[in-house]
Amino acid sequence: MIEAIRIISIVAIPALIVLVLGYGHIKGVKVYDTFVEGAKEGLTTVLRIFPYMVAMFVAIGVFRSSGAMDFLVKVLAPLTNLVGMPTEVLPLALMRPVSGIASIGILGEVLKTYGSDSFIGRVASTMMGSTETIFYTLSLYFGAVGIKKARYTLIGSLLADIAGVAASIIICTLVFGR
Amino acid sequence: MVNIVWLLMIVVGFLSALFFGRLEGTTQSALDGAKYAVELCIGLLGIYALWLGLMKVAEKSGLVKIISKRMKGIMTALFPGVPAGHPAMGAMAMNIIANMLGLGNAATPFGLKAMHELQNISTNKDVATHDMCMFLIINTSSVQLIPATVVALRSAAGSANPSEIIGTALIATTCSTLAGISAAKLLKKYS
Repeated sequence: MIEAIRIISIVAIPALIVLVLGYGHIKGVKVYDTFVEGAKEGLTTVLRIFPYMVAMFVAIGVFRSSGAMDFLVKVLAPLTNLVGMPTEVLPLALMRPVSGIASIGILGEVLKTYGSDSFIGRVASTMMGSTETIFYTLSLYFGAVGIKKARYTLIGSLLADIAGVAASIIICTLVFGR
Repeated sequence: MVNIVWLLMIVVGFLSALFFGRLEGTTQSALDGAKYAVELCIGLLGIYALWLGLMKVAEKSGLVKIISKRMKGIMTALFPGVPAGHPAMGAMAMNIIANMLGLGNAATPFGLKAMHELQNISTNKDVATHDMCMFLIINTSSVQLIPATVVALRSAAGSANPSEIIGTALIATTCSTLAGISAAKLLKKYS
């Protein structure tokens, strides 16, 4: 099982690249021209997230080196230790459902501070890859059709989010070890 | 909400820097943070371009449409309130598949179309139907096949193996989606 998870990680990207390009070619898409056309959007996407990155990096940088983060981590440690969560990933877990772009900034900062290949870095990466923005999506979709009562949608989404966070911690512990 | 959190992080940060006597170091990290944001974005450029180029090919070849056509059985089980063959089904399937492939920009129009179609068969226009709740819970917990942004961030931060989290993320995202579907089914029963 654990070996299978490792193999998926290794083959996922090459398999998808070959599959998408191969299928595109069979369907008569000019793969090279289309690829280049899409790649152009990389620049605009990065430009779009850049200001959010600056905002988050500055804020977290200040919060961390001032000692406020250490204080918060100490206060919350008993709570996060209870579920085996590294306290350092808590800011990401809290921000993820609120804002996708802000959480990209937080993840970038966590990876820079603790290293991509540390346990904290791996849990944070897995969490980011398994949870989604909730509040914005719900207000966009319900707002678009004028729904005023969302009923149990928010609770259901948050439960799924918590399950994703819990699963990330457990699976990273199993696959990578602490 | 993000506005308040951001403001608090900075104000509380500088106040506690003053309190702990770390004001100079903290100012330096603020400036360093801004600088590192630039470095990271440059690191992201290449992988984003690669990914978006690939996804353009996936979009043009009709890959999303083909896969979503094969999901009929699952879709009827998930959305019992939607008549078979209703346009809402197609739009929802397209949205779910596009989200799985990480095509966020392509997914949103399908999702909005799905919501309009679901609203058409709803009797009370102010209140979400069970199918709408299920659809959005799946949407906000969607299974992501390749977390391209995370891989890009890890690579930009100097990881020795940026893609090693694809497998763990896939399992975790499946858990979260299954939890969301179960929660939606249970909540429907008790609401």
